[in-house]
Amino acid sequence: MIKLTINNQTYEVDASPEMPLLWAIRDMVGLTGTKFGCGMAQCGACTVHVDGNPVRSCSFPVSAAVGKKITTIEGLSERIGEAVKKAWIELQVPQCGYCQSGQIMSATALLKTKPKPTDADIDAAMQGNLCRCGTYQRIRSAIHRASELIQS
Amino acid sequence: MANQLTNIDRRNFLRLTGITGAGLVLGLSAHADGAATVENLAAAGESFELTPYVVIEKSGQITIFNTKPEIGQGTFQSIPALIAEELEVSLDKVVIQHTGGEKKFGGAQFSGGSASVRTSYTSLRKVGASAREMLITAAATQWNVPVSECYASDAKVFHKPSGKSLGYGELAEAAAKVEVPKEPRLKDPKDFTILGKSTPRPDVPLKVNGTAQFGIDVSVPGMVYASIERCPVLGSKLVSYDDSAAKKVKGVVAVEKCERIHGVYRSEGVAVIAETYWAALQGRKALKVTWDHQGNDKFNSKTYEQSLRDASKQEGAVEHSQGDFDKTFAEAPVKLEAFYETPIVSHSPIEPMNCVASWKDGSLEIWTSTQVPGRIMDEFTKTYDVAPEKLKIHVMFNGGGFGRRLYPDYVHEAVQLTKKIGRPVKSIWTREDDTRMGPFRPMTFSAMKGALSADGKAIAFQHKVISPTLDMRKDYDKTKADRTMTEGISEQKYEIANMKNLYVHHYLHLPLAAWRAVTSTTLAFSHECFIDEMAVKAKKDPMAFRLGMLTKESDTKNVLNKLKEVSNWDKPLPAGWGRGVAQYEFFAGLGGFVVEVSKKGTGIKIEKVYAVIDLGTVVNPDTVEAQVQGAAVMALTAAVKSGITFENGQTVQSNYHNNQLVRINEMPKVEVHILANGGPRIKGVGEPGLPPFAPALCNAIYAATGKRIRRLPFDINKIV
Repeated sequence: MIKLTINNQTYEVDASPEMPLLWAIRDMVGLTGTKFGCGMAQCGACTVHVDGNPVRSCSFPVSAAVGKKITTIEGLSERIGEAVKKAWIELQVPQCGYCQSGQIMSATALLKTKPKPTDADIDAAMQGNLCRCGTYQRIRSAIHRASELIQS
Repeated sequence: MANQLTNIDRRNFLRLTGITGAGLVLGLSAHADGAATVENLAAAGESFELTPYVVIEKSGQITIFNTKPEIGQGTFQSIPALIAEELEVSLDKVVIQHTGGEKKFGGAQFSGGSASVRTSYTSLRKVGASAREMLITAAATQWNVPVSECYASDAKVFHKPSGKSLGYGELAEAAAKVEVPKEPRLKDPKDFTILGKSTPRPDVPLKVNGTAQFGIDVSVPGMVYASIERCPVLGSKLVSYDDSAAKKVKGVVAVEKCERIHGVYRSEGVAVIAETYWAALQGRKALKVTWDHQGNDKFNSKTYEQSLRDASKQEGAVEHSQGDFDKTFAEAPVKLEAFYETPIVSHSPIEPMNCVASWKDGSLEIWTSTQVPGRIMDEFTKTYDVAPEKLKIHVMFNGGGFGRRLYPDYVHEAVQLTKKIGRPVKSIWTREDDTRMGPFRPMTFSAMKGALSADGKAIAFQHKVISPTLDMRKDYDKTKADRTMTEGISEQKYEIANMKNLYVHHYLHLPLAAWRAVTSTTLAFSHECFIDEMAVKAKKDPMAFRLGMLTKESDTKNVLNKLKEVSNWDKPLPAGWGRGVAQYEFFAGLGGFVVEVSKKGTGIKIEKVYAVIDLGTVVNPDTVEAQVQGAAVMALTAAVKSGITFENGQTVQSNYHNNQLVRINEMPKVEVHILANGGPRIKGVGEPGLPPFAPALCNAIYAATGKRIRRLPFDINKIV
């Protein structure tokens, strides 16, 4: 059994150590907000925070997450995360919505380190998150909006 | 045509939907503007085949049914909004439920062709207006006052003189006994509070906090996971397999064959079924499968593309002819010819194909992300011999559609597997499966001919399309032009007296599919770039050249004039910049772009994009803006990223690292303008923003660099 701390709750999962964290979160713990997109850290749909840092959970072995604090979209509740979610709704960012959990996790991690990101900062931090619907223009605006919300 | 509403066979309907305590249930006899009659489901007999759209329960709960799956295009808001507007209720007070292909919901249960709003605009407003009038009549009767003294607002009926009111729930039962109005009065658009406004979409909060349920998120008791090995050489046959090692992988419970059914394209695969998806993937790696490639392992993109070029020498079937093209072209003082090429591309929605299916005691239950619940109901009841009432389809939020989920091949596989093993099965394609297996948008190649008079007017034009067909038939009748593969080439409004458009069929053995904006996505590129070449040859400004061929009033003329205005077309650009224009009209609608680019090293940078989409009538401007921006991104990916190619019968690309999509750092700013000036035709939203982007971009690149791009994809960083 592998012990995981996800969104401040402890779970025990019967997983092989090399299994990606993604499948533990989705199929064993049952938190489905974190998505499977590519399985090789190319699309970012599976982004979660491990000790506050954005991690592609599809390519992160579950054994490496032991003893660490994992946050998924469902557990994103502190001030910056709330501001990002609020901005996302205000600007009606999602289309199909499938990639958006990952986008929001990456955007929140960016704003934690850079509360006032430039467009170049956004390009650098968000390049790993694909959106096939093409919501990028609104993602950029929403990050700037969330930044304003954090300052106020 | 008379449009009456109906009050449907209530018992049967309620059984289907699981709703209890319903008062008023209104539906349509068909789902198509002009043909539908609104019906009272409570009063109708068993024989009615009706489509219920709104249920008002005695508790006051209002449920609106959405027959158009949400794929990101906004139908979870735009379709219920048509009813809610007339019903005088805001969407946040309504429960919205996707329909699952139930026969009682009638036909047209699909999302495709940018058709949802444009085919529902009047009929669904009539459903809402009829319900409103019946509720008002019920209240007036109860109060014993004239109907004219009553009005509806915020899910209540009010008596104006006294100010008293009754909620819809309190009136629902009495309203169900009121005769359905023959011609309900529709609201004056100036009184609209939802339609035409940028209204928040009810699915957005769910997609921001992770609670929106996509097909891949479904879990049912006893469920096992499947991963399916299919031959990497497309078009192969399964000979045999050895599952002894796969069955030794911890968690693997079964290995079974299943067939992918995609129209005439069929292929067998071997599914490894396990207690976890991870175990299924490990088991799959341990499979040993023998395939018969049927000679398809010799297939290569380069060879096939050369065969398309060779096929272009054929005369082809006439798709459209006017005037005398051959004579005019032969005798013209100025003529030009060009050959355009486009690639095969993938849909690549970020949610991979998946399906949960459960076969139990002769009943089949399906949970999936799909654009076509109606098709699944029709096709699966026949294929698997299930009665319609024993097939339940749960339509989940789609993690992208783009045409891919018009095809239920991935649903077939899951259904066959649950039938074989007697447990609910969740089948998930890997990204590699999705990228390698298609179905793909085919390429089109185009041979263009144009002629000008001595004073530079277009006098003759020819667009010859060379391609396979989406129905994938080898025995195609070559004397006929395929209307889908020549989509839009004869619909452009340019007044050119002599035209002869042609089609040459050339078979391709791969699984093929419609892609967002279908064949217009490739044909607009050749068509509108060649119009630009004619303008250059005529030494005319490309915008002026186009408008010069549009002497009659048309929506196309309006779109180009709007683009000219919003882009400040006549204002000079900085040195090293260029701008290009393109428009395209096809079955789904009409849009146009002006793109501005600048030279940047050996490549170009997209500086600014102006889009105009002509709708006639708009339901949600905010959604339209998002759709057009998204369409531009998808078109950019198709223009500048690798596309799909084949070597030795196998797809070269496998995942997003080598089948790249445009990322946020490559996203140009797209400014969207909507034309909604009324008029009889309502045009679509989801697709028309796609086709004109690539030609506008390539025309801009020509203006900036003098380099004419005639083949997609191209490397945007290596233009000169």
